[in-house]
Amino acid sequence: MRLLYLIPLALFLFFAGVAGYQLTKPKQTAIPSQMVEQALPEFELPPALDGMPGASRADFVGGKPKLLNIWASWCVPCIAEAPHLERLKEEGVEIIGIAVRDRPEAVSGFLSRYGNPYTRIGADDISELMLAVGASGVPETYVIDAEGNIRYQHIGDIRENHVDLLLEKLEEAG
Amino acid sequence: MRLFIALLALIAVQLTGPVAAQSGMPPAPYAYTQLEDPALEAEATALMHTLRCLKCQSQSIADSDAPMAGDMRHQVRSRLLAGESADEVRDWLTQRYGDYVSYEPTVSSTTWPLFAIPLLLLALVGLVLLRRLGKRGSHADGAA
Amino acid sequence: MIAELGHAALWLATALAVLQMVAGALGLREMGLKNANAGVVALARPAAVVQAFLATLAFFLLLYAFAITDLSIKLVATNSHSMKPFIYKLTGTWGNHEGSMLLWVAVLALSGGLLAGLERRLPEKTMSATLSVQGFVALGFYSFLLISSNPFERLPLPAPEGSGLNPLLQDIGLAIHPPTLYIGYVGLSVAFSLCMGALITKQVTPDFAKVMRPWVLGAWVFLTFGITAGSYWAYYELGWGGWWFWDPVENASLMPWLAATALLHSVSVLAARDALRTWTIMLGVLAFSMSMLGTFLVRSGVITSVHAFAVDPERGSFILALLGLYIGGALVIFAMRAGYIAEGKRFTATSREGALVFNNVMLSAILAIVLLGTLYPVFTEVFDVRVSVGPPYFNPAGAIFAIPMFVVMAIGPLLRWKDDKPARIQFEMMMLAAIAISVIALVAFFGSYGFLPILGLAFAAALGVAALLPLRGRKLSRVPTATYGMVMAHFGVAVSLFGMASESAFTAEKLAAVSAGGQEQVADWTIELESVDPIAGPNWTAVEARVIATRGDGESVLLTPQARNFWAPSQATSESALLTTWDGQLYAVIGDSAGVDANGNPRWQLRIWWKPFVTFIWYGGLLIAFGGVLSIIGRLQVDLRRRSAIKRGKERREDAEAIGSSAAPEPAE
Repeated sequence: MRLLYLIPLALFLFFAGVAGYQLTKPKQTAIPSQMVEQALPEFELPPALDGMPGASRADFVGGKPKLLNIWASWCVPCIAEAPHLERLKEEGVEIIGIAVRDRPEAVSGFLSRYGNPYTRIGADDISELMLAVGASGVPETYVIDAEGNIRYQHIGDIRENHVDLLLEKLEEAG
Repeated sequence: MRLFIALLALIAVQLTGPVAAQSGMPPAPYAYTQLEDPALEAEATALMHTLRCLKCQSQSIADSDAPMAGDMRHQVRSRLLAGESADEVRDWLTQRYGDYVSYEPTVSSTTWPLFAIPLLLLALVGLVLLRRLGKRGSHADGAA
Repeated sequence: MIAELGHAALWLATALAVLQMVAGALGLREMGLKNANAGVVALARPAAVVQAFLATLAFFLLLYAFAITDLSIKLVATNSHSMKPFIYKLTGTWGNHEGSMLLWVAVLALSGGLLAGLERRLPEKTMSATLSVQGFVALGFYSFLLISSNPFERLPLPAPEGSGLNPLLQDIGLAIHPPTLYIGYVGLSVAFSLCMGALITKQVTPDFAKVMRPWVLGAWVFLTFGITAGSYWAYYELGWGGWWFWDPVENASLMPWLAATALLHSVSVLAARDALRTWTIMLGVLAFSMSMLGTFLVRSGVITSVHAFAVDPERGSFILALLGLYIGGALVIFAMRAGYIAEGKRFTATSREGALVFNNVMLSAILAIVLLGTLYPVFTEVFDVRVSVGPPYFNPAGAIFAIPMFVVMAIGPLLRWKDDKPARIQFEMMMLAAIAISVIALVAFFGSYGFLPILGLAFAAALGVAALLPLRGRKLSRVPTATYGMVMAHFGVAVSLFGMASESAFTAEKLAAVSAGGQEQVADWTIELESVDPIAGPNWTAVEARVIATRGDGESVLLTPQARNFWAPSQATSESALLTTWDGQLYAVIGDSAGVDANGNPRWQLRIWWKPFVTFIWYGGLLIAFGGVLSIIGRLQVDLRRRSAIKRGKERREDAEAIGSSAAPEPAE
């Protein structure tokens, strides 16, 4: 048996090993932002609805660490995370919202139906901020410290068990 | 295999979900509008074909109706228009999304085998050909 | 009843596969000592034939269930809808995992049955081994179907209505592309079994190559046709004018094709010159391995693709186990046996074989690149690193090997077998180089285009001429049909290459928000949006644009692209409108509404492309496939002629014996 003839078998076994291993773990679909542990980029977004201020980078600097919540009224998981954002607000967390590709009437309709945990909501009509922070979908939530640095990224809707985790991350960032 | 079976499904899901849900928000200015300068537009098109649509399964932002792909196209065109080079725009995106966003792998600590293996292959091909075809002398019907 | 009948047919076929496997394996025992199992051994062939009938029956029963929308069957209820047009009810049979797997298995059984029924030239032992392997392969896929993907599963209560078929699949493309591709993939299983049979019995001979060649050619023709059809389908269905994106699933169809292309060339060398024995066996194993690998990639969910089936790790594990069994097993046997197969006859670099070997190696290298690029993201995910590999990688990396391959492909057919002097074809080589260089100069003079497209145009021109050169100076009526096949296929490569290069170099694109009456210009076409109206189809509503396209001062043509909304399942698609002329295609798509213009009239997004000679990509693909068909016809002609010649010779001898005296000399053989 020549060694040469074993090469295809070795290559195949290598592939089978990797593929078998991959099958045992859940398929990773989230695309983590590379901006974590970096400064929140400069931005300035107009208000997403009348009666509430818009959002800019300056709003994050100073005071306590804050949450940056990227959401939209057309996004179904955002409805699911609304009560948990409400709880975070009750815990004294300041949440600044970014409404992606949204209309003022739709935003206010969503808020009156599912509650308004936000102190400010910026309108991101062209995913400007979303792309700037490396978000790949809605909803996503970021922990921003008092120096304006991104400390943690949460991909997808916030479930009940994520609330304490986020509080912890806010604590760490403080 | 089976190129396009049940399959195309996934894009379409991306396609409809947001489109239907986002009831008529106009797309970003440069999502569906070309740049005036044909040379710059050609550069943008070439670049867009090599950037991955993050909301889709496996499509470039140049081939997708997903709103986020449109917003990324806007970024590409407006940044080129503002004088950035194609590489700068690509870097801006990979700084945010990592190598995943670019279909053009560059040599890095995670991608070097993609470049090393073809070189190895080239050497191997050369070797195989030399062994099989190089020895002009031994071509007499050698004992089979 | 339909479901139960189909299910029973599958179980019976499974039992027959076991019988075929065992009978074939027994046939390997020494025949000499009056094999006590001779009766069982003889059952291998009929088992394969009956199995083919049963598996095909099962498939047709499922087809029938879809045709009448039998909503008590789970598969029908989850993938069909009573309101769907009839043709899509039928094609929907294989527009899902279970149904397509049943089609896969039916084709597998059918090719096994054809092999068992028709093939009489191989030594009986090799045939037994081949049938045994074929039965073994079939058994695995029957088990997969029955255990984890039963297409005939009943619902406890019939569903009131089906959930419908993905609208993107509600297209004639689904009727053509998957079945042809499957026939190609699965046809390669015969080559695989034959190779294993020959390897086990150490009978890697030119006769074996002649037996295998039509199977390889046939599978390759279907693969070529299937890929061509799939590419065109994606091109017009996805609405962005792309025809190949190096998507993992597209690559999964390309890899068996590359392997089969290499295989069919090396099998020709083996048949004609008794060389490249181990190499041919390796390629035979590789080609079907790539088919199965594709099945795994598409159905297991380890890759991300627009074309992937619903993800299911359990199915993935099952297919991976089958892969391990078949590919792993084949490679083990290969490693053990290949050393016993002598390498065969030698030849020089400047010979027909030399050129064929060169291109075989190049094709394999391209295959390796595609495989690497496709699987690399899977490997890095083990370390939680996600990377993307796309056209900017595949195009140049593939070109490194494709460029020398095209050079050798141009001159290879002009060389003689065994040994030749390059000086003999000096004139041809100079001429081809001159053509290529003048095309490069011409194109580079008139505009600035990418390096690869220019090179593509140059090679297309040179290859187009080179493909016809083997006919030069020969009496055309005397040229063998198989040679015409080769000429046609090689010419098809040139045509296809021309289309690809032209599309990527010269495409003109226009994106615009247009209101009714508005005009746009793309290349030398004037596009006018006449109106946008709502229309309704059987299971969709749509807005349809009436677009008038005029070329220069020529006649106006009406194009009607649609943006459709299906309701079962709820989904939107773009129906592109294509205007085909001899020199290209105008491609129009209507997108979303885009606000209002200055006068308050609604505007619509229009996407228009003028793609010069893009159609040549698929014309070329068809030419390649038909070249393969001609080649098969040519081989069969020769084969039949030889058979009847042998028969006549035998009759003559028998006659002579009958007439002749006992003093007649013994025949030399």
